[in-house]
Amino acid sequence: MDLALILSTLDATLRLSTPLLLACLAGMYSERSGVFDIGLEGKMLMAAFAAAAAASVFHSVWIGLAAGLLVSIATAALQGAAAISLKGNQLIAGTAINMLAAGLTTFLGIQWFAQGGRTPQLQAGERFTDITLPFAEELRGIPVLGQIYHDLISGHNLLVYVAFLAVPITWFVLFRTRFGLRLRAVGENPKAVDTAGISVIKLRYQAVLITGLLCGFAGAFFSIAQGSGFGNNMTAGKGFIALAALIFAKWKPVPAMFTCLLFGFLDALQIRLQSARIGGFEVPVQAIQALPYVLTVVLLAGFIGKAVGPKAGGVPYTKER
Amino acid sequence: MTTDTPMGDPNAQRPSGAAATDLAIELIGINKRFGAVHANRDIDLKIRRGTVHGIVGENGAGKSTLMSILYGFYTADSGEIRVNGTPHAITDSRHALALGIGMVHQHFMLVDNFSILENVVLGAEDSAMLGPSLARARGELTRLAKEYRLDVDPDAIIEDVSVGTQQRVEILKALYRGADVLILDEPTGVLTPAEADDLFRVLETLREQGKTIILITHKLREIMAITDYVSVMRQGAMVDTLKTSETNPEELAELMVGRRVLLRVDKTPARPGETFLAVENLVVKDDLGVTRVKDVSFTVRAGEIVGIAGVAGNGQSELLESVSGMRDQQSGTVRLKGTPLSLEGDDGAHRARKAGLAHVPEDRQRMGLVVAFEEWENAMLGYEDDRAYGKGVLLDIPAARARARERIQQFDIRPDNERLKTANFSGGNQQKIVLAREMSSNPDVLIVGQPTRGVDIGAIEFIHNQIIKMRDAGKAILLVSVELDEIRSLADRILVMFDGHIVGEADPATATERELGLMMAGVSGKADAPAAEGTAT
Repeated sequence: MDLALILSTLDATLRLSTPLLLACLAGMYSERSGVFDIGLEGKMLMAAFAAAAAASVFHSVWIGLAAGLLVSIATAALQGAAAISLKGNQLIAGTAINMLAAGLTTFLGIQWFAQGGRTPQLQAGERFTDITLPFAEELRGIPVLGQIYHDLISGHNLLVYVAFLAVPITWFVLFRTRFGLRLRAVGENPKAVDTAGISVIKLRYQAVLITGLLCGFAGAFFSIAQGSGFGNNMTAGKGFIALAALIFAKWKPVPAMFTCLLFGFLDALQIRLQSARIGGFEVPVQAIQALPYVLTVVLLAGFIGKAVGPKAGGVPYTKER
Repeated sequence: MTTDTPMGDPNAQRPSGAAATDLAIELIGINKRFGAVHANRDIDLKIRRGTVHGIVGENGAGKSTLMSILYGFYTADSGEIRVNGTPHAITDSRHALALGIGMVHQHFMLVDNFSILENVVLGAEDSAMLGPSLARARGELTRLAKEYRLDVDPDAIIEDVSVGTQQRVEILKALYRGADVLILDEPTGVLTPAEADDLFRVLETLREQGKTIILITHKLREIMAITDYVSVMRQGAMVDTLKTSETNPEELAELMVGRRVLLRVDKTPARPGETFLAVENLVVKDDLGVTRVKDVSFTVRAGEIVGIAGVAGNGQSELLESVSGMRDQQSGTVRLKGTPLSLEGDDGAHRARKAGLAHVPEDRQRMGLVVAFEEWENAMLGYEDDRAYGKGVLLDIPAARARARERIQQFDIRPDNERLKTANFSGGNQQKIVLAREMSSNPDVLIVGQPTRGVDIGAIEFIHNQIIKMRDAGKAILLVSVELDEIRSLADRILVMFDGHIVGEADPATATERELGLMMAGVSGKADAPAAEGTAT
């Protein structure tokens, strides 16, 4: 394999990891606060639809992004109300969000745009385009390092950079701020937080809303950055893979990044391998496409070891007598 | 006692700016209801500054509720709280902390995977960034450690340190927040005797430094040892407040229960007969695969009570579960009247029962009862295939209920209603339901774990008498309890367990608490009790 091929595979890896990483970090806030979030998928789908619809109607990628974020945050608030205030079962609340998103996006898509659930094809200015970083062209000539800078680091859309910047930010928030300390504590022992005089409910809402924000970026990535318009169920289970990555990374930001890169890499490899032949026998495309999912199962089942999540996860907080 | 602080003159010690009173806390006419339960009725309480004030009462007497109101965890329906003479409506824990009231809960409010430092800082951070808060707390901890002799390693993780240390962290948390009044809820329940002594030394130091301490406990011995004043609560009402030096345990027990209570267990010397239960070289692992019982051998004879003492978590639970057939053993033999019992597999407990080995489990709510069932259903659980409860596949429900009613009378279970959901019985009565069921099967061997955990003084007396009655009927009884007082008063022989071994045997008539405490801590109390292999038979 030559360097160019390696770089292009890694380039695709970064792109494919982005929505996973955003969703995975999103889930980290919610789950670290003790609210299991199986509804990452649904929030992303809502955001993807809202972003594409708004971008196409208002002809602005920024309005699209804002709509995606707002809708995702609103969806998270709805889920939070069910799971935190009303003390509903968190898994059911998340599942309900997923079902709502699948149905509502298709229904509104058909109603508003009459294109079988799709939103209109986005034009320039209505979607995020690739950014060339400063000096990328100038440094291109330098062997290896310059090539890496030009081919791999430079030339992605804004949301890719947002995703990877969110990793150190999340780490800092979780481990170096007062909010992070409280957030981690509330997922482990909410009573300790309550008796320290801090509102458990408020903390969990804050966490869930941040989850909504990051899911908004992830959803927008699908429809107005990677793609150019919304298609039915375009998140294709990525929310669940992000959840798997979150568990695999044991709810830690930096391992989460590497896990998402691994899953992204498998996806990129899958695309490269689609016309692969093994000893004259053409491997069916479907088998190759299933590879990342199969490996997800294998990794989770075999290599993860003991993954102990936040202790209070899944349990609504009540002051007991 | 305080010697160098001018306790007689409250003004000398009062912080500047406080009202002219020597009362740190005054509660006036506190009422609190939970639905139909009147948990606190018209409570008046005065706590003097710089004293240790004990509050005693049975479970459900309303002690914890009262303290939770003072600490702002609940809000009173009516009544007034005065702190240093000034009335305050304490709305939440933060407010109480700001008034200098700190609480050490019975179940520690710590985050297990945080460091001690992080736990101390949680909720009392100075700014949005953690760094400066942690640095300041580190310095403050060093100062508090010196002042109150409360040494801890700030960077140790909570789940790695002992229970005694965790409690120090709780106290440090309160002091770090500037608490002048410290409420401790049943602080010694989880401690070894040595750790409890340490705690009392700390409390004495705190009192010397002018702090006020409210101690909630049901152990009258502790009240007598450390408090200056003691208040007694019963059924939600404040019965009396006494000077500790002018009262005695008998009087306090009577005030708590409302009738005379015998604190000592009245029993004749044991007349042991043949060996009923023999445990030989037993090895047991826990769910995580850690060996918890390490080559333990002992016997229990007919007509005697053998007590196993030890700090919780030294293998007693696994020993009980294994001998009663609930947990598979790695190796070893359990003999009942000389015949080896086959206890392996899921039906081990059932076969043990059939063979004549009854078991009152340590955790009655999790293992002894289905709390969502009605009383009569629990009264036959485990024995439901007995002919008395019906032949064939159908249950003879009238017969089962009639038998349940009989036992309710026999064991004085209240309320006397076999159709009531078990969850609605108090802890003591739930325990009586289990005890009645297991004793009625007329077993040769009765294994009892923590018979009076969370049980009222009145019920404790009854349960103890029932156990003695079993013994006098010629049964062999194996008793496991973390309450050293209980073991000492009930058992005819004491085996001490530490780290999976039986490290010594003691005669309850002669062994001192100190000797037992040392053995429980793994330091051999006697020269003739080798701490290596536990083969006390």
